[in-house]
Amino acid sequence: MEIVKNRNIYFAVAAILMIVSLGAIVLYGLKLGIDYTGGSILEIEYSITRPDRQVIESATTEKGIEGATVQPTGDAGFLIRTRTLTEVEHQALLSSIVAASGEGNVKELRFDTIGPTIGRELKQKSLTAIAIAVIAILCYIAFAFRKVSYKISSWVYAGAAIIALAHDILIPTGVFAVLGHFYGVEIDVLFVSALLTVLGFSIHDTIVVFDRVRENLLRYPSLAFDAVVERSIKETIARSINTSLTTVLVLVAVFFFGGSTVKYFSLALILGISFGTYSSIFVASPLLVTWMTWKQRRSS
Amino acid sequence: MKSPRTIAALVLLGGILAAYVAFPIFGQGPLDRFIPDYVLGLDLAGGAHLTYRIDTTTVAPEDVTDAVASLRDAIERRVNFMGVSEPIVQVASSAGEQRLIVELAGIKDINQAIQQIGATPYLEFRVPMMIPGEGATSTPQEVYVPSALTGRYLKRARIEYQQQTQSPQVGLILNDEGAKIFEELTTQYVGQRIAIYLDGAPVSIPTVNEPITGGQAVITGNFTIEEANALVRSLNAGALPLNVELIGQQTVQSTLGERALSDTFRAGIVGVIAVMLFMLLYYRLPGLVAVLALCIYISLSLVIFKLLPVTLTAAAMTGFILSVGMAVDANVLIFERTKEELRLGKTIKGSVEEGFHRAWSSIRDSNTSSIITSTILYYFGTSFVKGFALTLGIGVLVSMFSAIVVTRMFLRAVQLNETDRMRVLMGDKSKK
Repeated sequence: MEIVKNRNIYFAVAAILMIVSLGAIVLYGLKLGIDYTGGSILEIEYSITRPDRQVIESATTEKGIEGATVQPTGDAGFLIRTRTLTEVEHQALLSSIVAASGEGNVKELRFDTIGPTIGRELKQKSLTAIAIAVIAILCYIAFAFRKVSYKISSWVYAGAAIIALAHDILIPTGVFAVLGHFYGVEIDVLFVSALLTVLGFSIHDTIVVFDRVRENLLRYPSLAFDAVVERSIKETIARSINTSLTTVLVLVAVFFFGGSTVKYFSLALILGISFGTYSSIFVASPLLVTWMTWKQRRSS
Repeated sequence: MKSPRTIAALVLLGGILAAYVAFPIFGQGPLDRFIPDYVLGLDLAGGAHLTYRIDTTTVAPEDVTDAVASLRDAIERRVNFMGVSEPIVQVASSAGEQRLIVELAGIKDINQAIQQIGATPYLEFRVPMMIPGEGATSTPQEVYVPSALTGRYLKRARIEYQQQTQSPQVGLILNDEGAKIFEELTTQYVGQRIAIYLDGAPVSIPTVNEPITGGQAVITGNFTIEEANALVRSLNAGALPLNVELIGQQTVQSTLGERALSDTFRAGIVGVIAVMLFMLLYYRLPGLVAVLALCIYISLSLVIFKLLPVTLTAAAMTGFILSVGMAVDANVLIFERTKEELRLGKTIKGSVEEGFHRAWSSIRDSNTSSIITSTILYYFGTSFVKGFALTLGIGVLVSMFSAIVVTRMFLRAVQLNETDRMRVLMGDKSKK
C-alpha cells in the first residue's frame, strides 16, 4: 500500500469529509445543551406502562410551560426538556405528570436545571478552555519542532500538524451537528472536553511520525524526500494504529455499556481519536511531501 | 544489586497489596477498617447539587465577606439536620457574584431538602422612603426600602404574648451590633413606621414611638400559636443574613445512580478485558508482561483514588477507563521499537533495552500533551469535567511508572534466552 504516492486520494477523502462536516454545521447548526443555554431536564420512569408522549406534553402545557420537548428514553422513561424551571414550577409539573399517569406508576429519576447565568458562564469557560488549549498545543508544537529545520522548516511541520488537528476536530463536530438535528443529541460540556482530549491525544500521533521523518532524513541522506516520508509512515504505522486501537477499544466498551450519561461523550472521543489517527498517517506527513514538491517546482 | 527476579517479586507483592486496598471484594480482612471507601459523586450515589445565588446588594461591600460566611454557617446548620453524610456547603465566587453550593449526597427526599433550605426565612427591617407619585399632580407615595438591619444580627427569637389580648407574638433579640443599628434606626424614624419583612413580604409594620435601646423588637401579626411557634423555630434555626435564590440544581435519584454505577463498572471490565486480550494476542510474551503491568496500574490508580480521595463520577470513571486504554500505549511504543530492533538482527536482550531506551522520548511527548489538556480541563471544567480530567491526569502519570518501570522489571526477570522460539514469542515474525 503506497501512501505517499496515492496521497491525493487520501487528501480527497479528508477534504470531502471536512466539507460535508462544515456543511452540516452551517446547515443544521449546533444543538447546544442546557449546560450552555440554560434550561431544565426532567427524567422520569414508568413502572407499569409508559403512556403516549402527548400525555406528558399536555401535562407541561397545562402548567404553562411552553415549548417543552419530550423524548422517550430507555424502555420506560421520558426526558423532558424545558426552559429554566423554578422549584415551584418543577413540583407543579411533577404533580401534574403524576396526576396524568396514575399514582405509583411514575417516578422522577433526575432533575437538572441550569439558570441562564450559569449557562452563559459555562459557555464563556468552555470558550476560554478551547482558546487556551489551542494556544498550549501550538506552543507544544513549536517546542517539539524547535530544532528541526533540516531540509524542511519547522513551520511546515507545524502547519501540517495544525491542518490535521482541524480535521480531527471538524469531523466529530459535523457528526454531532447531524446527530443533533436528527436525534436531538446535544453539544454539552462533556463534548467540548472530549474535543480537547482529542487535541492532546492526536497531536502526539502526528508528532511521532514527524519525529521519524526527521530521524530518517538524517539517516538516509541519499533517499528522495517522498521515499523517506513513505518509509517513516510505514515504520510508525503499527504503533499509530495500535495506540489508538487500545484506546478506542475501551471507549467502545463505554459507548455500549457505560450508560446514557457518557454515551455521546465516548462517541465524540471515539470519532476524534479515530479520525486523528487517519490524519496523522494519511494527511499530515503526505502534506509534507506535497509542500516539498510545490517548493521544488517553484524554485526550478 | 539485587537480582531482577527479587525486584520483580517485590513489585508484584506491592501490586497485590495495592489490589487488596483497591478491591473491597477481598473480604473482611483485619486491615479493612483502615481502608477508606471510594467517594462516589452525586450522579452515582444519588443526591442533590444545588447552586444558589447570594444577593449581596443589601450589605455594604466591606461586610460582604462576613455576611456570606454567616449565611454559609446558617445553611450548614440546616443541612446538618437532614441526616446526610458529609454534606458540602461552600461559597464560590463566580461571574462577579457570590454563590452557595450545597451538595447532599445520598439524600432520599430531595424536594423536602430544597424546601427546608429555602424555608429558612430571610428577615429584614425596612424603612420608609417617600417617592414621587406617578404623574405631576398625584401625591408622593411611601415605600419601604431595605435597611442595614437583617437577620444576620438576630441572636434569638422567642414566643411572647401581648399583655392585653394574650395573642401570640414573636420577640426578637438582636446581638450587640444589631442593637446598635436598631437604636439608630428607631432614632432616625421616630413617629414613622418601620416594616419587618420575612422573605420579602411585610409581616408587621409598627410605629416607632421612641428610640429603642437594648436590641429587642417584636413582630406582632395575626399569628396563631402554631404559626408563631413555627416562625420562632425557623428563625432560631438560622435566619438567613442574606437572601438566596436557587439558580441551578442537579438531582439524581439513587436508583438512577446505582444503575449508572453498575453501567460504568461493566463498561470498565469489558474495556479492560478487551485491551488485555489485544495485548496478549498481538504482542505475545511482552503482551503478557504488559497485562501484568496493567493489573498493577489499575490497582495503583484505584488506591490513589481512594486515598486522595478522588470523587468518582460517571465522567471520572470514563476518564479512568480511557486512561487504561492509554496506559498500554507506552507498552505499544516500547514493543514496536523492540520489534524493529529484532528485525535489524540485534539480540533479544539488546533489542528490549534499546526498545525501552528509544521509545522514551515518544512516551514523554505523548504524555506531556495529554497532561497539558487534562490540566486545562481541570482548571476550566465544571465539577463533572474536573473528575474526568483528574482521573485521566493521574492515570497518565501512574501509567508512565507502570508501563515503563514495572514492565521493564518484569521483562528483565523473564529469562530471555537467545532462541528462535523466544524470538517468535517476542514478536519477531521473520522467525516463524
